Amino acid sequence: MSNRLDACFTELRKNNQAGFVSFTVAGDPDLETSQKLLEALPAAGVDVIELGMPFTDPMADGPAIQAADLRALAGGMTLTKTLGMVTAFRKTNSTTPVVLMGYYNPIYSYGAEKFAKDAGAAGVDGLIIVDLPPEEDEEFRLPAQKAGMHVIRLTTPTTNEKRLPTVLSNSGGFLYYVSITGITGAATATEQQVQQAVSRLKQHSQLPVAVGFGIKDATAAQTVARHADAVVVGSAIVKKIEDNIPTKQDLVKNVCAYVESLSAAVHKARNKAAA
Amino acid sequence: MTKAATNSFKQGPDERGHFGLFGGRFVAETLMPLILEVEKAYTAAKADPEFQKELDYYMEHYAGRPSPLYFAKRLTAHLGGAKVYFKRDELNHTGSHKINNCMGQILLARRMGKKRIIAETGAGQHGVATATVAALFDLPCTVYMGAVDIERQKPNVFRMKLLGATVVPVKSGSHTLKDAMNEALRDWVTNVEDTFYIIGTAAGPHPYPAMVRDFQSVIGKELRQQMMKAEGRLPDSLVACIGGGSNAIGLFYDFLDDANIKMYGVEAGGHGIETGKHAASLNGGRPGVLHGNRTYLLQDADGQILEGDSISAGLDYPGIGPEHSYLFDKKRVNYVYATDKEALSAFQLCCKMEGIIPALEPSHALAYVTKLAPTLPKDHILVMNLCGRGDKDIFNVADKLGVTL
Repeated sequence: MSNRLDACFTELRKNNQAGFVSFTVAGDPDLETSQKLLEALPAAGVDVIELGMPFTDPMADGPAIQAADLRALAGGMTLTKTLGMVTAFRKTNSTTPVVLMGYYNPIYSYGAEKFAKDAGAAGVDGLIIVDLPPEEDEEFRLPAQKAGMHVIRLTTPTTNEKRLPTVLSNSGGFLYYVSITGITGAATATEQQVQQAVSRLKQHSQLPVAVGFGIKDATAAQTVARHADAVVVGSAIVKKIEDNIPTKQDLVKNVCAYVESLSAAVHKARNKAAA
Repeated sequence: MTKAATNSFKQGPDERGHFGLFGGRFVAETLMPLILEVEKAYTAAKADPEFQKELDYYMEHYAGRPSPLYFAKRLTAHLGGAKVYFKRDELNHTGSHKINNCMGQILLARRMGKKRIIAETGAGQHGVATATVAALFDLPCTVYMGAVDIERQKPNVFRMKLLGATVVPVKSGSHTLKDAMNEALRDWVTNVEDTFYIIGTAAGPHPYPAMVRDFQSVIGKELRQQMMKAEGRLPDSLVACIGGGSNAIGLFYDFLDDANIKMYGVEAGGHGIETGKHAASLNGGRPGVLHGNRTYLLQDADGQILEGDSISAGLDYPGIGPEHSYLFDKKRVNYVYATDKEALSAFQLCCKMEGIIPALEPSHALAYVTKLAPTLPKDHILVMNLCGRGDKDIFNVADKLGVTL
């Protein structure tokens, strides 16, 4: 199985570039603004779009993303509307991979098989379900794979050698390395920690490695981009969205300017290292 | 054992922590290795006679077990039906059944070499019990408690502080028990190396539901012996209140394969199931995944978690232990509910009739007993778990009764 995610990483590899993955919450701060932002992200240098499916109880997330989830839900966001955003996005963009990230209960409530089918049809390329470890994910993974999507697994500093094969088997798209033990938007890993972790994962897997959690600015993103195949920034972008709510007419423009600074830093990281 | 093992209700969970459809380990990858480590350590401890010996010692000399079995004579006469007994778990040290579990878990934490304890709490009973055992064994302790609950359970907040715990007000989400649990999980995921999370009810990722049940099942085991001594036979009915369900599973578990014994789990009906303002996950929810396990949950049509609503902070949780979900689907236990109003009446009845101030949680169980007992013959033996004392609730009750203290 091969989809937009695979094509995207093949292209990045060819150009010896790290990819930039942005995370935003679907429906934050409202559906209309969120849709506009989604459609503007590729032009701001985003290689892979990670779109959060809001949940009342996001246990792995820090205050910034928790607040974004609650803003979206207060605005009436639902899983159906999230899929609707992707469907609308695909009308004008057929190349940028979209990965949905969230928690299992809304999907289970929707119906795991039905959701897999509908997400595939909407044009979703991968899924990250935080609270669905390999031991429990078969009921959703099989229908998702059947619908042409990758199930992206998280690996963490606590994923030891013994456990790694379990995590790697059946995972696709890319490996998401959670660079710290903690929640989103919290502490930052050191460059050495990231380098060691990425090279360890590379010994065990052919999949591209994306690194996320705690990457707070362009400098940090660039550092990680020297070692990882992709860099994920979430809380910092989500915070930027929150900061721009009072002047909503400029939100998309301002957030995209910020995203552009991050993606530019990531894209030039290797050239800079070589120079 | 009265039944062949193949028909047993006591076989769960399986090796992956499933009770039929329910239970399991739905946690973020960061926690998985740790959860597996807890399971391994618990399995080893369970098989180690030294561990049980140490637990028994503290249960007897520190917590005050066995808790008495008491025949509620005046209440029985007042209700005019079944003989009503109370299992007096409110007489334990710290005033509830929570100490049974906390003692077991902290002994395990020590075996695992953990240096720091965290817990979530709703009414504060589990927080107090955790702070107590942490003080006893000189381990630093952080308790997460919803800001709303801190407001309605001030005496317990102060008790925890006296015991040396740090109480962290949780202001995320809806500021109650479920958010306290989210926050405790966030702490745990950040401090995986040195921290042990003492979960307060028979819920969460495997092995917690089975482990908490095992530690609480001392209630039913004692009852079996005590009832044989008191009446020369086993009881006919068991009644317990259910939030997460730890006192209920503790009472029921030893009797699950005694097919003739009827069991009633009483959920918090809040303002009434029909109003939608309640905390009855089984009677008013449907299966979902939250806090590490699949179980019945209060949720909206889109799978977003709803707030519980109950006069009792201890029952105000949108989920329930997975083993109860299993016993509900298998129809082994009857799950019923009592409203805030009914619980408040039962609370007052117990004070006046038996000289016992019960917690608002078992007042729900008692409210159901007042309905059930009169319909039963006089030789029917009913046992209710009086799982907590009501000192912590007097301010809340006074407020509800319109009394200014």
